[in-house]
This record gives sequence, structure tokens and C-alpha cells, in this order.
Amino acid sequence: MAHIQLKNISKTFGNHTALTGLDLDIADGEFFVLLGETGAGKTTTLRLIAGLEKPSEGQVFIDGVDVADWGAAERDVALVLQQYSLYPRYTVRENLEFPLKPKIRRLPDAEIKDRVDRAARTLRIEHLLDRKTDRLSGGEMQRVSIGRAIVRKPRVFLMDEPLSALDAKLREALRTELKNLQMQLGATFLFVTHDQIEAMSMGDKVGVLNHGRIVQTGTPHEIYNNPRDTYVASFVGSPPMNLIDGRLVNGRAVMAPLNFELPFSGGAKASGATDGRPLVFGVRPEDVYLESGAPVEARVHDVENHGVEKILTLRVGDAMLRATVPARTDVAIEQAVRFAWNPDKVVLFDKGSGVSLRHAG
Amino acid sequence: MATTMITTLDRSSRAAARGLSDISIRNLFIIPTVLFLIVFNIFPLIYSLGYSFTDFRASTNAPANFVGLQNYRDLLNDPYVWSNFAITAKYVIISVAGQLLVGFGVAMLLNRDIPMKGLLTTLLLLPMMLSMAVVGLFWKLLYDPSFGIINYALGLGTFEWLSDPKMALYAVALTDIWMWSPFVMLLSLAGLSAVPKHLYEAAAIDRAGPFYTFFRITLPLVAPILMIAVIFRTMEAFKTFDLAYILTSQPTAELISIRLYKMAFQEWQTGRSCALAYIVLIMVLAITNIYVKYLNKVKER
Repeated sequence: MAHIQLKNISKTFGNHTALTGLDLDIADGEFFVLLGETGAGKTTTLRLIAGLEKPSEGQVFIDGVDVADWGAAERDVALVLQQYSLYPRYTVRENLEFPLKPKIRRLPDAEIKDRVDRAARTLRIEHLLDRKTDRLSGGEMQRVSIGRAIVRKPRVFLMDEPLSALDAKLREALRTELKNLQMQLGATFLFVTHDQIEAMSMGDKVGVLNHGRIVQTGTPHEIYNNPRDTYVASFVGSPPMNLIDGRLVNGRAVMAPLNFELPFSGGAKASGATDGRPLVFGVRPEDVYLESGAPVEARVHDVENHGVEKILTLRVGDAMLRATVPARTDVAIEQAVRFAWNPDKVVLFDKGSGVSLRHAG
Repeated sequence: MATTMITTLDRSSRAAARGLSDISIRNLFIIPTVLFLIVFNIFPLIYSLGYSFTDFRASTNAPANFVGLQNYRDLLNDPYVWSNFAITAKYVIISVAGQLLVGFGVAMLLNRDIPMKGLLTTLLLLPMMLSMAVVGLFWKLLYDPSFGIINYALGLGTFEWLSDPKMALYAVALTDIWMWSPFVMLLSLAGLSAVPKHLYEAAAIDRAGPFYTFFRITLPLVAPILMIAVIFRTMEAFKTFDLAYILTSQPTAELISIRLYKMAFQEWQTGRSCALAYIVLIMVLAITNIYVKYLNKVKER
């Protein structure tokens, strides 16, 4: 169990800058998800914490102690990688025993057996214990590599996209299992992923990373409903938030190039959304609804049926808007519909900087 | 499936125009090689098997008499031949073990990010590229008691490396180690660089020490390729002739191949030397087979 803190971390590889001025604070026992696109610096952050890389600048603290001079072994972290990295030629049991067997901290045999069996039971791989690792399926391999992490009772679990190489069904199952495991162990987890659904469903807290900077940290709820800027707004959520250019005129949202108006509840007025200032209006697809008397007309461009709901792509002028509607809504492509939005849920961003007006103030 | 293995002849090609079929073209390529092999390898092999049952001497015109297994019986009862085998075994063990230690050790040193690694590797490979006879002649000069650089560098005065009966075999083995360690190094490097880096990282995370990591990860993964190096080097060391023949004439360093040479071309006991050659062949085959069995077992693990 540990509290992890990164202070002003920068990391460069030759000419390439991976991380700039990164600050991160992960509380003890927290499930923290680091979310970002490929190449955003997620893995580098993990490796810095694990001690596999040294930061070019800044400090890493584990439980308040600066661990700059500590190797991976002393930091006492567990790392689960995307490519499993099981030890070949050994059985599952031997793989699980590996971290417990080095001479310096060799545990008594009974203790080793007990821990391995417990980990195997938790991950439901008991029947595989005597199998060679090359005879396992992807999901089984990933379980074993998670098992190798939990037998040791490390201070922190670091997971680098452990689920992304698995097929969808398995990914869902392991997602729940991992979350349960974390609650059961009460351990600090740092989970890295590019999949925003994983981030939303598993994280106590989510940090969004873009080009080596943390853009926003918060609970999944905060990140989703109150994105700090247009990057977070468009990256988190599937389908992403609709972003429409416009201005605020007399308490109404007037879309600039598109020429339509929608009502706006004045919640954000206080934070400097003066009339006429160029803005970006952000609204989640589920806050866009169809209604016969609604103010704006659009055409249905595309319909995606997801079973419980339908995702419509609406065309207004030459802009596209996504709307999530109940599956029973009966629409056809190219049909003319009228839509409105839920004015309370609209987020305003500054057109120039892309930063949300709620956060700017 | 079988038909796709042979590319069918293009109907409009020149070969087709000359009335050559696929099969005749195939034969055209294969038959010369096969003939060559039969004339220069297979035929002498069988012919010498025949001689090994006679008292034939190539230096006289006396007709060869069939003596049955007499040659084999005599050879296997000859204490001198057995001592040659013992010397050879000692030589093989020393030189292969030495090459393995030096070669693998250097490979471990080279298997990291160091400046000019490519150049260094190439330079280290040079001894292997030289001819055995050249190496033998050079090392004879290096070992020379009165002006050799080895005695000069080690301050050994006029130590007789090659004329000392106790030392001669070790001196030959040392030269062989110098020459062939790069070969083991090359194979080990290939094996070492094939060990995925993330395994080492995982081991570091699992708090394994350097020895534990070496014995539990590096060695098991490199073992099969090391076994291959051992097979090659053992076979070669077993039939070492030129290096030892040039370097020393000490009877304590008389390898089985030198004995064979003397028997065949100095004593002209052609029939008996054929029999000895067959005994050596069978031994090499047996040793190689045992190795290959073991290699397969290592690979399976």
C-alpha cells in the first residue's frame, strides 16, 4: 500500500520529449487510471514509477520518500505488461513462484505454496498450474502475469494496457475481475490504457494525458461531465462530445457558421461568457434529443443500432452532430427531424484556447 | 501440395522449346552433384571400408589379403591407440570448455550498449577467419622459448611450451581456444540478443538478483544455441589435425588424427589405418547422436 507522487517530471529520449512538467498524485488504495492516446507518455510514466527509467527532471515519491536512487527491486512495485512477459520454459506454478524464490528474500516453502495457491484461486487458474506457459491462451497468460504480481504483495500495482491484447468478451470479464481484485486487496493501482471505456468503468480517478502533459485529473464523472478542454471532451466518451462553434447572444446559443439557435440556461454566464465572445459549445450525444416541436431541423445522416440505443448522426448544413436516442425511436436515413439539447448540460469552451469556461475561472 | 513444390515450366520458354521437361531440367541440375559426391565421397568411403578388412599396404605391390576383423581387433587391443584416444578426449574437453567459457563470457560483455560494438565484434571474430595452418605457424613463433612474445610478456624465461611433454597439449588447446572462442561468442550473441528485454525488466520488477536472473532466465533461453556450439566444436576438436601437427611433435600431444596420419602415410599400414578411421567415424557419430538427443530434450523444456 502506498501513496505515489510525481512532481514536475520531464522525460526526454534524445530529441523526443515524452513527458513535460508532469504532476501526479495517487492516493493510497486508489484505482488510478492514466488515459491517453498511443504515444502520449503513459507507458513512460509507468516505467518511471517502476524504476525502469530515470526522469530527466523532477522527482518520484513513494510514501513521501524520494526514490530517485532506488532500483526497481527496492521500489517494490509490480508491473503487468501488455505482452504478458511470462518466463518461457517454466510452468504456470514456476512463473508464480519466481518472485518468491530469489535467495535474499526466499520464503519458506509452505508460505510460497500457500500464496501461489491463493493467487491461482483468486484468478481462477488453479487448473493451469502445471501447464507450460506456451500452451496458454491470451487471457490465461494475462491472468498468470497478474498472478505473478499479486503473489508478492507489492506496494503498488502498475498495469500497462494489460487488457488491450485480449478479445472483447474476455476484456470485459477481466475488467470486472481486476476491479474486484483491487477492492479486495485494497491496493494502490495505476492502470494505463487508451481505452476510455476501461478508464471510465474501472477508475476511482482518471488522469487524461495528452502529448506528455496531464490535461485533467478527476473522477470519471467529473471528466465526463465537466471536461477541462475540447481535447478531453472529444477523447472521452463514445461517441464523443459534440463540439459546435458559436456565440452567446441574449442568453441564447447562436451557432456561428451554421445559423441555428438553441436556448441556453445562464449557468455559465457568471464565468465570463460575455455576449459575442467566440465559443465552442459542447454537448454529449445523450443530451441531444429529438422532438417534433424542437427548434432546429436536421437530416438523419446515419443510424447505428446498438441494441439498447441508437446513435444517430444528424446533418445540419455541412456539420455533423451525434445524438443518442432510445432504440425504439423510428427514423430512416435522410429523414428530416427536429432536435434540441438539454441546456443544463451544455459545456462552454473558449474558441481560442479550447479551455472550458468553468475551469478557466 | 507436392505439385506446388516444383514450379511448372513456362510453355513458351526456351527450355520448353527445346523439348526439356520439368523432370529433365531437375535431373540436369542434380545429377552432376550426385555424381561428384559418389565419386569423391561415397566411393572412397565404401572402398576404405573394404580395405579395413585387409592387410593392404599402398607402398608395395603385394596383393591385399583379406584378414577379417583382425585390424579392428589389433587396434582395439593396442594400448598406444587407446592412449591417443585418451589424449584426444582430454584435448576436446579442455578446448571446448575453454571456448565455451571465453566465448560466452565475451558475448555477455558485448551484449549491452557499448560504443563501437559492431567494430569490436568484427575484430574479435578475426581469429576464426584465419587458416588453421597459419594460426599454427604463428602460435609456434609466439610460443618460441627463446624469442617468443608469450615468454617475454609473462616473464617465463625460456619456458618450453611446445616441447614440454606436460604442457604441449595445453598449449595446443590454448591456441584452439583463441581461434574458436569467437565462434561460440557469435552464436551466444545471437542467442543473447534473442532474449526479450521485457523478461529482464519483469525479473527486475520481481526483485530477482543478477545471478538469479542469469540462471533462471538467460541461461535456459540461450542453452539450445550453446548446445549447438558445443556440438560443432566437439566434432571439430575431435578431428583436429593441422593445428596440433604443426605446433608440436610431443607424443603426449599426439591426437588420434595424427596417429591415423602416421599410420597411413608414414608406416603405410593402409588397411589398418582404414580400420582406425572407421573407429573414429563411429565414435564421432555416437557422440554427436548423444548430443543431438540431449539438445532436443533441452529444446522441449
